[in-house]
Amino acid sequence: MNGDDRLYDRTPGVEHQESRASVESYTVGLGLALLLTIASFVVSQTNLLWPPGVPAGLIVLALAQIGVHLVFFLHIGFGPDSTNNVLALAFGVLVVFLVIAGAVGIMANLNYMMPMPR
Amino acid sequence: MTIATTDRVPIELVRGRGGGGPASTRTVVAYGFWIFIISDIAMFSALFAAYAVLSGRTAGGLTGRELIDLRHVFIETVCLLVSSYTCGLGALSAERGQRERYLVFAAFTFVLGAAFLFVEISDFVGMVRVGAGPWRSAYLSAFFTLVGMHGAHVTGGLLWLAYMVAQVIAKGLRPHVLRRLLCFSLFWHALDIVWVGVFTLVYLKGAR
Amino acid sequence: MLGRLSWAAIPLYQPLPLYAMGVVGIIILAVLGVITRKGWWPYLWREWLTSVDHKRIGVMYLILALVMLLRGYSDAIMMRSQQAIAIGGAQGYLPPDHYDQIFSSHGTIMIFLVAMPFVVGLMNFVVPLQLGSRDVAFPVLNSVSFWLTASAALLINVSLVIGSFARTGWMGYPPLSELAFSPDEGVDYYLWLLQISGIGTLFAGINMVTTIIKLRAPGMTYFRMPIFCWSALTSSILIVVAFPILTATFVMLLLDRYVGMHFFTNDAGGNMMVYVNLFWAWGHPEVYILILPAFGVFSEVIATFSGKALFSYRSMVFALLAICVLSFMVWLHHFFTMGASADVNAFFGIMSMIIGVPTGVKVFNWLFTLYEGRVVFRTPLLFSIGFMVTFVIGGLTGVLLAVPPVDYVLHNSVFLVAHFHNVIIGGVIFGALAGYNYWFPKAFGFTLDERWGKASFGCWFVGFWLAFGPLYVLGLMGMTRRLQNIADPSWRPLLWVAELGAIIIFLGIVCQAVQLYVSIRTRESHRDLTGDPWRTGRTLEWATSSPPPPYNFAVLPRVETIDAFWEMKRRGLTAAEPVYETIQMPRNSPIGFVIAFFAVATGFALIWYIWWIAILGLLAILVTVMVFGWSENREREIPANEMARMERARLGLGRPA
Repeated sequence: MNGDDRLYDRTPGVEHQESRASVESYTVGLGLALLLTIASFVVSQTNLLWPPGVPAGLIVLALAQIGVHLVFFLHIGFGPDSTNNVLALAFGVLVVFLVIAGAVGIMANLNYMMPMPR
Repeated sequence: MTIATTDRVPIELVRGRGGGGPASTRTVVAYGFWIFIISDIAMFSALFAAYAVLSGRTAGGLTGRELIDLRHVFIETVCLLVSSYTCGLGALSAERGQRERYLVFAAFTFVLGAAFLFVEISDFVGMVRVGAGPWRSAYLSAFFTLVGMHGAHVTGGLLWLAYMVAQVIAKGLRPHVLRRLLCFSLFWHALDIVWVGVFTLVYLKGAR
Repeated sequence: MLGRLSWAAIPLYQPLPLYAMGVVGIIILAVLGVITRKGWWPYLWREWLTSVDHKRIGVMYLILALVMLLRGYSDAIMMRSQQAIAIGGAQGYLPPDHYDQIFSSHGTIMIFLVAMPFVVGLMNFVVPLQLGSRDVAFPVLNSVSFWLTASAALLINVSLVIGSFARTGWMGYPPLSELAFSPDEGVDYYLWLLQISGIGTLFAGINMVTTIIKLRAPGMTYFRMPIFCWSALTSSILIVVAFPILTATFVMLLLDRYVGMHFFTNDAGGNMMVYVNLFWAWGHPEVYILILPAFGVFSEVIATFSGKALFSYRSMVFALLAICVLSFMVWLHHFFTMGASADVNAFFGIMSMIIGVPTGVKVFNWLFTLYEGRVVFRTPLLFSIGFMVTFVIGGLTGVLLAVPPVDYVLHNSVFLVAHFHNVIIGGVIFGALAGYNYWFPKAFGFTLDERWGKASFGCWFVGFWLAFGPLYVLGLMGMTRRLQNIADPSWRPLLWVAELGAIIIFLGIVCQAVQLYVSIRTRESHRDLTGDPWRTGRTLEWATSSPPPPYNFAVLPRVETIDAFWEMKRRGLTAAEPVYETIQMPRNSPIGFVIAFFAVATGFALIWYIWWIAILGLLAILVTVMVFGWSENREREIPANEMARMERARLGLGRPA
């Protein structure tokens, strides 16, 4: 009943496809994520980063940490057999970006054209 | 529950271009759940969008700067992150057939997830007590809904985890149980990814 | 005990809903009576209600769609009649309160309970057969999806009898849909039934994407996949990422109404435009979710009835993918007039014009497919040609509306109403009816009557243009949408033409009903004995018998080219008997029906504030899922010799076992 597709079809999160260094993968991921988390807190609460750049810095750190999760915890790879997973993720990310950036941009534009009382 | 079947297929058919025939049940289930995760992320994106737009509209009520205690947020973040780690190690143990080790990691995951919820719920109760409930302003509605929706997912995840632990104890690490553990891991890691967005946008940015 | 539900909720003093209730009630009781008298319940339960077979589920979706088409059409003829009568000083027969509920339920029913089930039903029936698969990826989830959609249909019909429906239009814009301005149960009916059906649709989308990506027959690469499967894939991808946006938006409105939050209220910082923006971020992909499978139907039908391969398959695929991506970049054109700056409006206006280009590519490809083909003018092809004329004009009016200054004049006029009916009826409905006629013999083993089919097409085509052509003119003359009373008597002639058109559409529906009746009565004379009733079928569904066996293919076909069945015919089907293997098939499951039952109870209880029933209902759903999750033995094995026996009996081969 099961096709022998282990070598040809990768799925996010599936363990047996990984090399034996998997505990390492999770541990490295945890370490990186903790570092990025601490960095986010530091950046937002201190003046280490030039204050007007803090929002952008936070976004970059968040995206980096999401990347760490995707690679080290969910094992999103780049081989030909991961294509479907990556495509699904990419389209999802595009939609997320369009929805959030679109909403923020459009509402900001509406607020600019027709200011509302606070 | 799934219909993935395949007749034995010679390898020389066009595997690399998607012509390998129907995939195994495990692959089908995992991919289907991955697509569900994508849809859940899309749902959160709409809530994030509403929060981003409404975050300034406090209607004279309390603001994020006044309400947010970043020490709690740090504790929540570390709890969830480490629970993701223990979830991953649990998944590895399960794949290797190590039942007891899986149960230990599952217990850690559960306890850390419950700790996250405990801190979050006590924060919510505290906010309501000072008059900053979700009905006070648009900002607070968006705050409670986005964070609360994530918390509801965590709650559902913990229920699911408890159910999976019961299945592992009762049935052992059989293929269909393993498939569901795989789905749970996907779900739990995805929740941590959403939390990265939440603590960055709602808490870190909101506390400034 | 019963929340805000009381005897006053039943419209005993309002004649129209009462009569409608009475008629529908009698029909339902009659149907249930016949089923009971003939002892059909065990058969229905075993073969249909608990079925997880994609073919059965697809048929049930289509039955639901056709039945709800009658209710949606009734709303339409009532509106048309009111507008034909209530001109100048006349009051008509529908008070404004009713009229508002009718246009709201008309839109809600037609989009969510007619068009979506039609499209999902066709995808369900056809895609696994075309892919050379035995079923969809998650058959039990498929059953759950169908029954959740049916639950939503039940709730909207209950709203006719108990309480009232929303008066906000099918989009439910706040602040009108907020508690302050719509305190009664109407908007809650709208929101809960759409949340329930939305979950069903989302699961169907996930199922379809997984099936198409992971369960194709051996050798079927992406570019050997039938074009209908590509259209199903792109439509399902849109379902997966767009429907959750609607779910989240409705969650926010529900929280406003139930908990007193302030997402979209007038006070405490709420902003109604957040709703409008997010609603249309779902709403625009939704119309592509509806039209892409229709495009797929037309591609299949035109190729089959021209006896030629589809012209430029690759560009058709890229057009579908382009539409899929672009559909997320145009949504502001639904609210050009809401105060965005000229730059923002211009951007979305230009994007809305760009998205017309891939569709234009498809239209040319269909024409080139027909050109120099051996064209056979059967009913499905007539609907396809009618589509090409009608949809192109509707698309042109869409591109016109995409020009923001033009939209400032025409937004919310009946010009807009004409435009979207033009593309939905001309595109989605004609596609659904073409698909219905085209694949009916595959599902039931006999073709539909051709004469009545052509008559129904004629009535739909003429009726549509008579009903909506005048609306273009009226829109340019200044008539807005949703009017219960018409002030300007000079509009009367056009409104009467529109009424005539609506009546002719009704004749089209009657022709379909007669077609079905006549076809069933004379079915022996047009049985499909080969599985390829049109003789020029190109794709794998025609390689099975009509109807196919439950497992579709005894042996999964090896695919080496596009249009796999055409290639099989070209080479001549092999006479050697295949080697049968033991296969697994899913067992039936009552879980879909059970979950739907509790979903209806929970939804109704939430609408009427009966909290204890709502909590019990949710718990019951949770327990059902947990019990199902614990069960084993959900598949049954069909051993190889049993397969051999069934196939030989089916194919009429006399060889000994």
